[in-house]
Amino acid sequence: MLQRMRSGDRWFNAINLTLLIVLALVTILPIIHVFAMSFATTEESLSGRFILWPSTWTTEAYRYIFDTGVFFISLKNTVWLTVMGTLINVVLTALLAYVCSRPQFSARRVIMFMVLFTMLFGGGMIPTYLVVKGTGLINSLWALILPGAISAFNMLVMRDFFESLPESVIESARIDGCGDLRILGHIVFPLSLPILATFTLFYAVGNWNQYFSAILYLNDPDKWPLQILLRQVVLIGQADIFSNLDPNVPLPPSVSIQMATVVLASFPIVVLYPFLQRYFVQGLTLGAVKG
Amino acid sequence: MSARASSYTPDIQARGNGIWSRIWKVFWNERFLWLMALPGLLFFVVYKYLPMLGVVIAFKDYNLMLGIWDSKWVGLKHFYRIFENPDIGRIFLNTLIISFYQIVFAFTIPIFLAIMIHEVSKRSFKRVLQTVFYMPHFLSWVVVAGIFYLMFQSDGAVNNMLLDMGLSKIDILSNSDNFRFMLVLQVIWKESGWGTIIYLAALSSIDMELYEAAKMDGAGRLRQIWNITLPGIRSTIVVLFILRLGSVLDVGFEQIFLMLNPSVRDVGEVIETYVYQAGVVNGNFSFSTAVGLLKGLIGLIMIFGANKLAKRMGERGVF
Repeated sequence: MLQRMRSGDRWFNAINLTLLIVLALVTILPIIHVFAMSFATTEESLSGRFILWPSTWTTEAYRYIFDTGVFFISLKNTVWLTVMGTLINVVLTALLAYVCSRPQFSARRVIMFMVLFTMLFGGGMIPTYLVVKGTGLINSLWALILPGAISAFNMLVMRDFFESLPESVIESARIDGCGDLRILGHIVFPLSLPILATFTLFYAVGNWNQYFSAILYLNDPDKWPLQILLRQVVLIGQADIFSNLDPNVPLPPSVSIQMATVVLASFPIVVLYPFLQRYFVQGLTLGAVKG
Repeated sequence: MSARASSYTPDIQARGNGIWSRIWKVFWNERFLWLMALPGLLFFVVYKYLPMLGVVIAFKDYNLMLGIWDSKWVGLKHFYRIFENPDIGRIFLNTLIISFYQIVFAFTIPIFLAIMIHEVSKRSFKRVLQTVFYMPHFLSWVVVAGIFYLMFQSDGAVNNMLLDMGLSKIDILSNSDNFRFMLVLQVIWKESGWGTIIYLAALSSIDMELYEAAKMDGAGRLRQIWNITLPGIRSTIVVLFILRLGSVLDVGFEQIFLMLNPSVRDVGEVIETYVYQAGVVNGNFSFSTAVGLLKGLIGLIMIFGANKLAKRMGERGVF
């Protein structure tokens, strides 16, 4: 009896692990393939094989992209957007979440309802567009930051976390004469570092990756973030957007340029994310289990 | 001493002037909290609630020169136009079909995946798997669409492999028969791993003694999954399903917008891409706002309906 069960267990584990490994390969191999192709030589990338490791490495495509101004302009826009946007996202979310976590605050239920309701119903694309236009943000990078300054869901999760902090610590600080600003800065934030790190990561990824607001609100190519450049190069097929002025520089095949642009547009995230994984799983499950 | 006395003056006034000064006193005591909330409140009022007021243009003929308030009221004209428009039926149908595929596949796969990961006993291996599976979630839709495009184009890696195996090429990028299939495939690839996080959190809180007891009773692994694991995440599945139903008409605008091309517009045009096309591109602000409003209202009804249904089934619901 026991023997039969053990062999059943072994079969189960073998099948389960095999399936999981196959699925993991399906997930990761396309990413490695694009990475490898972006460093492959012209002949190799045109051979159309499923390359995971180029036989000769070349940085031809990258040099071509870096030689043009377009890439650095959009990189600068994306970096500014990510830093400034994330700062505003995190500060505004944390402040409102803290205020709504104070049990004695008079308007907390009203504000909570106001936030929750925006998750159920919204004005939609066109009225929002008109408001953004009315506030004078068309063709400004601020249009990619302010209309999405707080994610209602993130704010609710953060408020749940602040509420779970021991009230006695906060009360004793108040008795010692701390105002709300000092309590927030010296007690609440230091105790909430994992969840603040989590939402910083989420907001930063969101800002780095956003492209549709840019299509909606920006007309001027000088303001394009990297994702828009990527869309032009890969999906609209304008690899010649990096119009190199020097006719003596040979043009790498457009496939290599496309692959290299994909790599550049996702590089910081793919590199940084495994190091941050511990934080976001911790932060997210805190919110999920409680909520 | 005198400074101390003056700080008590609001208190004295409060007793004198009734309700307004009592409100003022509460407000004054909370002034720092209000100060902290101010930027966030301003954001919600301007960028969330003003647009909700802005939906009135669905009942007007919006004119750029006149602005929102001075444009002429036309009642339900735009809603009649929606029901007279031959395209609208097809667009709602596309949205529902894509949404249905996503619920059947993209919603259920994370549940299976989470159970499979949960069954792995070696912690380090589990961790590596999670790192790999979460990765695509952090890539932007432009990157994901780009990777798919480069892999599946006619001389891309997938088609070359098919040729090498003696099979014929497939065209899933511009063939309208496969377009919806490809959309769902992308969502599965990008979000399945991420979708496991909440299930894994729920799974980790199941009492291990239950499994020990089941083992003693001679239950095999599949039986344990059916009788312990699945009931353990039942309420999580229900809550996520309610939320999913509430957004049944949101089918991933950013993704579809990127993949849409003229040869697949018949099967791939959904409500949101239509609103963008009619509103922003063609300038029919009022009409497209009416389409968007209709979608929002249906979403609202769906989420309350699903919540009620869940409660009738004995689950907790989301609100």
